[in-house]
Amino acid sequence: MSFALLSEAAADAVHAASPWAALAYLISGVLFILALRGLSSPATSRAGNRYGMVGMTIAVVTTLYTHSIASLPEIIGALAIGGGVGFVTARKIKMTDMPQLVAAFHSLVGLAAVLVGLAAYLNPVAFGIAGADGVIEPQSRIEMGLGIAIGAITFSGSVIAFLKLAGKMSGSPIMLPGRHVLNLGTLVAIVGLVAWFTQDQSQWVIATITVLSFIIGFLLIIPIGGADMPVVVSMLNSYSGWAAAAMGFTLHNTAMIITGALVGSSGAILSYIMCKAMNRSFLSVIAGGFGAAPEAASGGAKEQRPWKRGSAEDAAYMMKEAENVIIIPGYGMAVSQAQHVLREMGDQLKAHGVNVKYAIHPVAGRMPGHMNVLLAEANVPYDEVFELEDINGEFAQADVAFIIGANDVVNPAAKTDKSSPIYGMPVFDVDKAKTIFFVKRSMGGVGYAGVDNDVFYMDQTMMLLADAKKMVEDIVKALAH
Amino acid sequence: MDFIAILSIFVMACFVGYYVVWSVTPALHTPLMAVTNAISSVIVVGALVASAAEGSAVSKWLGLGAVVLASVNIFGGFAVTERMLAMYKKKERK
Repeated sequence: MSFALLSEAAADAVHAASPWAALAYLISGVLFILALRGLSSPATSRAGNRYGMVGMTIAVVTTLYTHSIASLPEIIGALAIGGGVGFVTARKIKMTDMPQLVAAFHSLVGLAAVLVGLAAYLNPVAFGIAGADGVIEPQSRIEMGLGIAIGAITFSGSVIAFLKLAGKMSGSPIMLPGRHVLNLGTLVAIVGLVAWFTQDQSQWVIATITVLSFIIGFLLIIPIGGADMPVVVSMLNSYSGWAAAAMGFTLHNTAMIITGALVGSSGAILSYIMCKAMNRSFLSVIAGGFGAAPEAASGGAKEQRPWKRGSAEDAAYMMKEAENVIIIPGYGMAVSQAQHVLREMGDQLKAHGVNVKYAIHPVAGRMPGHMNVLLAEANVPYDEVFELEDINGEFAQADVAFIIGANDVVNPAAKTDKSSPIYGMPVFDVDKAKTIFFVKRSMGGVGYAGVDNDVFYMDQTMMLLADAKKMVEDIVKALAH
Repeated sequence: MDFIAILSIFVMACFVGYYVVWSVTPALHTPLMAVTNAISSVIVVGALVASAAEGSAVSKWLGLGAVVLASVNIFGGFAVTERMLAMYKKKERK
């Protein structure tokens, strides 16, 4: 009896301050929209980020204010621990490690969604989704089940993505036999269990949904290779949004629904942009296995072709005399941390009156915009950095194309060779430049797609075989003379 | 709020998201991911409800766990976005 009264009181507490609370949540939702809107240009982006912070503060304060708090010290402790860890990590992380940090953050959103879903299941009255008898409304059960499932997939998928990006697990695809059947079967089972959950709210149902979703997240990501990670990270970004939205439906909370929809569409659009930049369908990326078998690509036709080796002095001399130099960075630049010395090289060339531009492919690096952040970190002004479609017409006027740590994105096979795995992918027309310098660790390794690159063997190409950072350092030294 | 009202908000927000995100400059796609990370941690609202309520001890501790995770993301996400955005500079005009 007393329990029922208490429950009703709790339910009342949720709805008592409703109009004002709802308004506050709406405001924080609008502020989140403004946060993303700010990112339309670097000039407005910082103000946007502040809107986001204000929005989050409003959401948290409103929640604490409108609920009778039984455990304030614990909550403040939890906020302090999490906030401290997050803040220190954000301060210390190296910019080259951004992709794995983002993956790690995604996993936390996913796990938080699972925990909130399970908490709502165990104490539905507090969430206002059940009568005093503890029977959860069927509609809320669907939302809860979906929220937990998506959250769990986000969590385990992001953990795998994190391990691959951080190099703690091999980046190459891991292919299980019969994985398509296994994956589809598991997905169908999860959907079936969510449907079953509306009829039967026993613990085993929700527990099985949770466990199966953790497993499917793991299974979905292990067959996907390193260079497909931009798509995977975007996709998981999207999932974390849908998980938040599902929880928002459960809680009838406007801020969560708006945010979930924003983040969900954001991740979906980024995945689309990344797939398009690789000319691959989303399904083929998800199916995985790309770049798994290098022998399939070379096909035995690997004859020795002549190529020229250049030196740092050659590069320094040619670029000093050039009028226009276009620099194309790729993942290799990030790996060897060459961005700072690359900017130094750019500065010296500019001092010699050379016009220096940077060209960035949408899928360069391991996440969308990865190269832009690294160049910004090295103090390269953002108006010297250009996207593929904006700069591709300029290679015909370029005296030097300087390729550093990129490979597939300059491979002309994408334009000409229909049998190539990267055929149809938009690439830089570096072959139109008068001279090409190709910084590469060795002639042995091919790009991620495992295809040979005709640019290596062109008349105007000089290979600069060394670690990217070391090579650029030598060029800077040579330029100083 | 009834289901249709909530669904309407959701669908409209998807459209808003679609147009807003297409207007984000590709150079800021990494900060976009970091900030969406931070804001999707608004799920902390649910975590707070769970940890504030009486009735189930397990539920409360699950909620507190979620508060910790979400706040790592909130503080970390906004801080790292701020740090990245501070690096984007225009060319100094002489």
